[in-house]
Amino acid sequence: MKSLFRYLLRNYAFVLFVLLETLALTMVFNYNSFQKAKYLNSANQVSGMVYNLFNSVTSYFRLASDNRELAEENARLRTLLGNFLNRPVDSLSLYEPVIQSDSSFRITTARVINNSVNRAFNYITLDRGRKHGIKPDQGIISSRGIVGVIGEASESYAMGLSVLNGRWSISAKLKNSGYYGSLHWDGTDYRYAILSEIPLHVDIALGDTVETSGYSAVFPEGILIGTISDFTEPDGENYYSIDVKLAVDFKSLSHVEVVEIFDKEELKELEMSRD
Amino acid sequence: MRDLLKYGFMFIVLSLVQVLIFNQVHLGGSINPFIYILFVLLLPINTPRYILLLTGFILGLVIDIFSNSLGMHAAATVFIAYLRPFVIRIISNREEDRNNYPGLKQNSFSWFLAYALIMVFLHHLVFFFLEFFTFTHFMSTLLKVILSSLFSVFIIIVSQYLIFRE
Repeated sequence: MKSLFRYLLRNYAFVLFVLLETLALTMVFNYNSFQKAKYLNSANQVSGMVYNLFNSVTSYFRLASDNRELAEENARLRTLLGNFLNRPVDSLSLYEPVIQSDSSFRITTARVINNSVNRAFNYITLDRGRKHGIKPDQGIISSRGIVGVIGEASESYAMGLSVLNGRWSISAKLKNSGYYGSLHWDGTDYRYAILSEIPLHVDIALGDTVETSGYSAVFPEGILIGTISDFTEPDGENYYSIDVKLAVDFKSLSHVEVVEIFDKEELKELEMSRD
Repeated sequence: MRDLLKYGFMFIVLSLVQVLIFNQVHLGGSINPFIYILFVLLLPINTPRYILLLTGFILGLVIDIFSNSLGMHAAATVFIAYLRPFVIRIISNREEDRNNYPGLKQNSFSWFLAYALIMVFLHHLVFFFLEFFTFTHFMSTLLKVILSSLFSVFIIIVSQYLIFRE
């Protein structure tokens, strides 16, 4: 016992090294449980404030492109609104809401204060948090299409997993045929993701639109994800392997919207009880 | 006391520069420099090993928290903090009277280059393989390690000429 103690004391550096390394690796491999720890992600007050401060300076350099994007979206929404208001009223129109969805939702705008595209698991940090109604599992979209999902929210900041994160996948469907599959990122190119589980008998073509299916309770139905850029029929498999060119340019994200679906809890409960 | 302030300041500046600037750098999709480990490189040679290990761990954890990569930077930085005395022993001549400060100014260029190359490479190796977790993309990950290491070392050397001259 005494000699063991003496040994440990002499090699304390090695013992400390093993301890710290074990602690770090435990964090890496039990990622999900540690992620929930309040202060260990970029949504905490300090890192949120640092990113916010830095971003409030650098965002000036993007004002021109931000403005153009907002103007374009305004124009698109006005067109939609105009078409909607000018429709002849008949009993059928009641059944065609502008965006079809099972449930109503609320949209909160947020600014992206940190974002990466070069990691294996990419995250974004937003300048909105719990006090603005942001909660985990709400969807993040932009004017161009879907961006990600909220992972954790502190009082004033939130951290989200972007589409470019292998830790989750998105329920997606083909706009033309309505067939749905699952979209995930393979960790290589930030402009492309992979759509799987589309059966071979479905007719698909390059350029087909891929959008959210609305089955996941994170996103409303029909939000743009991207377009088919390439597809193959792997030997001996029943499903296509489809490359999707993402609609959102993740390198130049600045303003996003967080979607809260009101009936989410109810929907979840319903799904649970059915299983 | 003066050292504590100096290294504390360096800790904060390097962390901020890393998360605000170099985390955004991705040349050609495979080069991500990590320059914050310059802190571990520059601690005085006579720094007690427990301080080396603990500051390495905390530095890694800070970078992890900012980049949502919990544990990966901490593991890689503790690893090189532990190996630092061995690396210094290997690349130093026994007869030579080692300077207490392992910076570029206090040592020869070739010594510092070897020192930085080995330390940065070891750090990037651990980090990138932890990040990708599998060895399926072994070659592409290794390429990423090598290219990023070269870029990081380049930045570290340039920074030595620009800022850390005293």
